[in-house]
Amino acid sequence: MSRRVLPRRQFLAAASGLAVLPAWAQFRVEIAGIGMRQIPLAVASFRDELSSGVPVSEVVRADLLRSGLFRLIEAPDAMDERSQPVLADWRARGADALVAGSVSRLADGRLDVRHKLWDAVKGEELIGRSQTVLPADLRLAAHRVADEIHENLTGERGVFSTRITYVVQQGPRYSLVVTDADGENAQVALNSPDPIISPAWSPDGKSLAYVSFESRKAVVWVQDTQTGQRRMLANFRGSNSAPAWAPDGNSLALALSRDGLTQIYSIPAAGGEPQRLTSSRAIDTEPVYTADGQQIYFVSDRGGGPQIYRMPAAGGRAERVSFDGDYNISPSVSPDGRSLAYISRVSGGAFKLMTLEVASGTVRTLTSTRDDESPSFAPNGRLIVYSTRADGRDVLMTTTLDGRIKTRLLTSGADVREPAWGPFGR
Amino acid sequence: MTPRTSTLLSTLALAAVLAGCSSPVKLDEPAPVESREPASAASQPGAGAGATATGTPQSQVSTVDLERQRAAEEQARLAASLPRSLYFDFDSYVVRAEDRPALEGYARLLTAQTGRKMALEGHADERGGREYNLALGQKRAEAVSSALELLGVNRSQLEAVSFGEERPADPGHDEAAWAKNRRVDLKDR
Repeated sequence: MSRRVLPRRQFLAAASGLAVLPAWAQFRVEIAGIGMRQIPLAVASFRDELSSGVPVSEVVRADLLRSGLFRLIEAPDAMDERSQPVLADWRARGADALVAGSVSRLADGRLDVRHKLWDAVKGEELIGRSQTVLPADLRLAAHRVADEIHENLTGERGVFSTRITYVVQQGPRYSLVVTDADGENAQVALNSPDPIISPAWSPDGKSLAYVSFESRKAVVWVQDTQTGQRRMLANFRGSNSAPAWAPDGNSLALALSRDGLTQIYSIPAAGGEPQRLTSSRAIDTEPVYTADGQQIYFVSDRGGGPQIYRMPAAGGRAERVSFDGDYNISPSVSPDGRSLAYISRVSGGAFKLMTLEVASGTVRTLTSTRDDESPSFAPNGRLIVYSTRADGRDVLMTTTLDGRIKTRLLTSGADVREPAWGPFGR
Repeated sequence: MTPRTSTLLSTLALAAVLAGCSSPVKLDEPAPVESREPASAASQPGAGAGATATGTPQSQVSTVDLERQRAAEEQARLAASLPRSLYFDFDSYVVRAEDRPALEGYARLLTAQTGRKMALEGHADERGGREYNLALGQKRAEAVSSALELLGVNRSQLEAVSFGEERPADPGHDEAAWAKNRRVDLKDR
């Protein structure tokens, strides 16, 4: 084992009793499906990117590679958005598209990030764009470049500039962490000596609701991620948990046991008196809204074991949605409302990530792992982030909806779980 | 009594009074605060030296009630003898028959001491979802709460809460560990 001196910042954090984030890298492709069509693309290094502190073109390339939809082709360094490439030559080299750009520092210290995308097949320029950002947001600018390329070449919006939150446990310490969608740029929103579960993004991507056990019981808090200001949203008798924002951001659905059994209520986002939405003689929990805000999917064991049900968002008659197996929990609704990702206990006692096509009832298993938990759809509906167990640790993974491409967030020395994929925009 | 002896006594008395007066008064010390010690402590023999200072009336007689004392001792013994955790079968929130005497013991304590408050902390084993396990632990805690209420305990003395699978008593990943983790901890508040 190597003994190295802790960098000053880490040392200070350790000395002051704060959790030090474990060493980790980005989400890395673990399993890449075969037989998929990948778009061949060249991304040249951005002019002057090295002086900016963030290797912009590398971030862009890594994003596109991770999506599994692109294959990279070598590009020369001496290019930027003003270049006039001979697209026929690029076509001959096998590239369908070409990207080049630059980073320049403005007088006020901000950075101007420019890029251009050429379609080598059609032999035309697709987009040219400039972003002016604070130096601290340069990585975000790079993710936006990747998003634009993704959208222009695949027809679907990319999620590279979105964020993911999750819980890290290291021994007796818990942290609520926010990272870029690639797993980089990890920042701690909350450090606590007590468990944290069930983080949920507000629709505007500015606040997180979560359950903290800091007062020796489950209480729902809402925290502004930028300012760190936090307030108790629900602290009623018994347990308060499973917060889910309504798509308009004005209220949240949550599970309360104030009247005895755990039931689903809605509460104004500003706090106040909860309104009861379910009245069963069983456990009702894990509510999630559909994107149109009209319906709520939730988990109930009113029929014996836990199953997924659906009801109108204001409460009312519930219909059962999951039928395969005797234990189906943790639904996440795709943005188009057509499918659910959820966890099912299968024979042999394994817990597996599944998807369910709501209209047809078609069920599909996506993983080969045994302890899958907490699925959450990316806002473009193409990826799901979830936690599972590998090498004796809780780890985070992403998968495409066909299960063909999986990435894993590499971590060491900590359990990472309870992921929630944030919305577009921040 | 002769006049001489009487003069001697009054001289001694005066000396005593003067001696009392001469004792220095420290003005910069805070005024004595009324003692909030329980009567039993003040009535202890030997506590008389401070009697005037603590404000106990000299004519007070404190009652020692051996019956009450014995009841308190018995309750303390009972509280110490009761199990701190009740365990549950897999996927069950039914209090086991063997835990009936423990529940009756807690009920006796809580009905005798209506100021006493307890948290009933439900727990689940690690298998399954965290939110569903939180609800399962809650249901176990509510089951213990209901059983105590049926035995006459006032609901306001109890709060059923849950930690789900977040606070295992045994960190292991086998049935032996799970059996120890499906529990309700009874804690004073």
